[in-house]
Amino acid sequence: MAYFLQLVFAGAAQGCIYALIGLGFSIIFKASQVINFAQGELLLVGTYVVASAVLNWHLPFLLALPLGLLVTIVIGLVFERLVLRRMIGRPPFTVLMITIGLDIILRTLVIVGWGSRTIPAATPFSVTSGFNVASVHLGSSDLWTIGVTIVLCIALYYFFRHTRYGLAMRATALDQEAALAMGIDVRNVYALAWGLAAAITTLGGVLLAIDSLAIDPNFGNAALVAFPAIILGGLDSVSGAVVGGVIIGLTSVLTAGYESRLPAVVGTGLHEVTPYLIMILILMIRPYGLFGSRKVERV
Amino acid sequence: MIATREPGRSRLRQELPREAEPPRLLGSLARWLWLGVGVLALLLFFSLASDDWFTIVNYCLIAAIATLALNLLSGYTGQISLGLAFFMGLGGYTAALLGGNPPAGPLDPWGLGLPVFIWLPAAGLVAALVGALIGPSALRLRGFYLGIVTLALVFIGNYLFRNLSFITGGPQGRNFPVPAFGGFSLDQQNSILGVALTSGQQYFLLILVVLLLSALFVYNLSRSRVGRAMRAVRDHEVGAAIMGVNLFEVKMGAFVLSSFLAGVAGALYVSYARYVIPDYWSLSLSIQFVAAIIIGGIADVWGSILGAAFVFALPQVIDYFSLLPPSTGGGGLSSGDLNALLYGLLIIVFLLFEPGGVIGLVRRLRPAGPRPQTLGTSAGAGAGAGAGAETAKEGGESIEVVDLQQHVPGPGEERGSGGTGAS
Repeated sequence: MAYFLQLVFAGAAQGCIYALIGLGFSIIFKASQVINFAQGELLLVGTYVVASAVLNWHLPFLLALPLGLLVTIVIGLVFERLVLRRMIGRPPFTVLMITIGLDIILRTLVIVGWGSRTIPAATPFSVTSGFNVASVHLGSSDLWTIGVTIVLCIALYYFFRHTRYGLAMRATALDQEAALAMGIDVRNVYALAWGLAAAITTLGGVLLAIDSLAIDPNFGNAALVAFPAIILGGLDSVSGAVVGGVIIGLTSVLTAGYESRLPAVVGTGLHEVTPYLIMILILMIRPYGLFGSRKVERV
Repeated sequence: MIATREPGRSRLRQELPREAEPPRLLGSLARWLWLGVGVLALLLFFSLASDDWFTIVNYCLIAAIATLALNLLSGYTGQISLGLAFFMGLGGYTAALLGGNPPAGPLDPWGLGLPVFIWLPAAGLVAALVGALIGPSALRLRGFYLGIVTLALVFIGNYLFRNLSFITGGPQGRNFPVPAFGGFSLDQQNSILGVALTSGQQYFLLILVVLLLSALFVYNLSRSRVGRAMRAVRDHEVGAAIMGVNLFEVKMGAFVLSSFLAGVAGALYVSYARYVIPDYWSLSLSIQFVAAIIIGGIADVWGSILGAAFVFALPQVIDYFSLLPPSTGGGGLSSGDLNALLYGLLIIVFLLFEPGGVIGLVRRLRPAGPRPQTLGTSAGAGAGAGAGAETAKEGGESIEVVDLQQHVPGPGEERGSGGTGAS
């Protein structure tokens, strides 16, 4: 039972990370109907900058983190301004492909700049810190992850409900032309969405790096696991991304924890594909996800 | 003419390759001349190149087959797929299972030792079969969703390939014997019709034949009723459905045929590399093919071949001439990195400024020669088609109908097989 609870705790923390990355996807999708394939590489660049700032330039973690966020926000904004803005109205195929182009460039730049070897991640905690509750170890990195996610979700909720820019974003997502007619500058909304998404995703990446202690150029693949999370929650649903992320994190960690007790036929690495299997199942039953609106892919 | 970009034109139109209906393959004198130049160039390369060059070119030709497969599905039919690596892997391991050596020990992967003319088509068939099984559920989804599901296929495939070690050899991989035709074994010098051929030259011939067959197939398909239906589905699904195109059949057909070609390419890769690990069939492999079709040219056979050459041969060529220091893993620019940077950048540049890819650029720069019928040149196609296009243009919201009009065969090549439904 303690083992199960331990896994649930770890799964929840992992799920929060997927939720953060998923939030990035769904904020951009909601604002501009674009799936940003380069999300993982934004996260990759961000974590590398934070790691370098702490380990090479000896900045304190709390200074390094905003620096990493700033770098990815700038990349996101520049890409949005220079490339994606020209792509408005093009078919999804083309827009997806162009973010793949950015993905390749960022990833290669990381390999050129930092090398393809594994490097240690920046972490403000020691690995073993934390405390025990009835034989379940609550590690401080996991606690921080869960705490940050909850705070961020509340902040986002407030932002989307009660602030000028949040309402502008929702209005744009609902009906772009009506939003324009109401005097909302849709271009600013796109830029805001990209900046916000880049920052949230990078935050998720930095938290994941703290958890996994080391990063390499494949680290950005974590964002690919957030795909199942957002599909599960519904592509255009911000709260769905959070719920989907937690479900995916829990199943993935629980599968990993019990994999050794499963029949040998299952082999190794099942936990790496359970998110995708769940996603395919969901797409067969409810293609618009648990919380998504039905109209998403209607003609 | 279609080549120029008019300000008032819808963005959708700009996505289209300039020659919506490819011309007849050998329809003009110029094309016969080009064929002659091509054959001559091949002969020159064949007799003069060193074995290093054959290695580069052979891999590149295999990649061209897979690029054609992706272009068939994504370029012609407009279905985003990131799952090409999965279908290549299926083909590769089918070939490995059927053509591999029988196991020497209990831990060795299985192999039946069958000859090349069994495992090569079988690899395509198995990939096509799996495509046919997955297709009905995957193709219900459109746009991004299909892309993400096919991405999931790559990961699920990698899990299967790593665990089905009796076929794949597990994470360490398995080897593959030298393909042999009767008494000829492709790894040593053989003489065919009195000409002594090196191993590289023999592989080159084998791969070239398969590539030519695939290219001819895709080219002819794109000029047929099915090809027009595929482009119609890409340009506007609802419009295509209204024209009487069976969306499901067309998408399934493209998916299955694309899987077949990908399987064949995977099998050729395994037989040429002679060793394969599950991690080879990765997402980044799929993405390289995406880069290849965008850079080379979407919905174009020559574009597929050019794109594959650019993405898959450039790093080897850079290495061959030692233009950059070898990669050490410690950072710095290696040939592979330079290539990746280039094709990442080119994807963005081409999609922004020249959605037709390199081949679109070439066609744009080419002086007006014998062109396929476009709306301008096919004025003689009857007032019916021309007038129809005009009204559709004025109609405003049915711009896609104009695109369908282009697919109506001109008077010179009336085939009565299709297209008439569009007018």
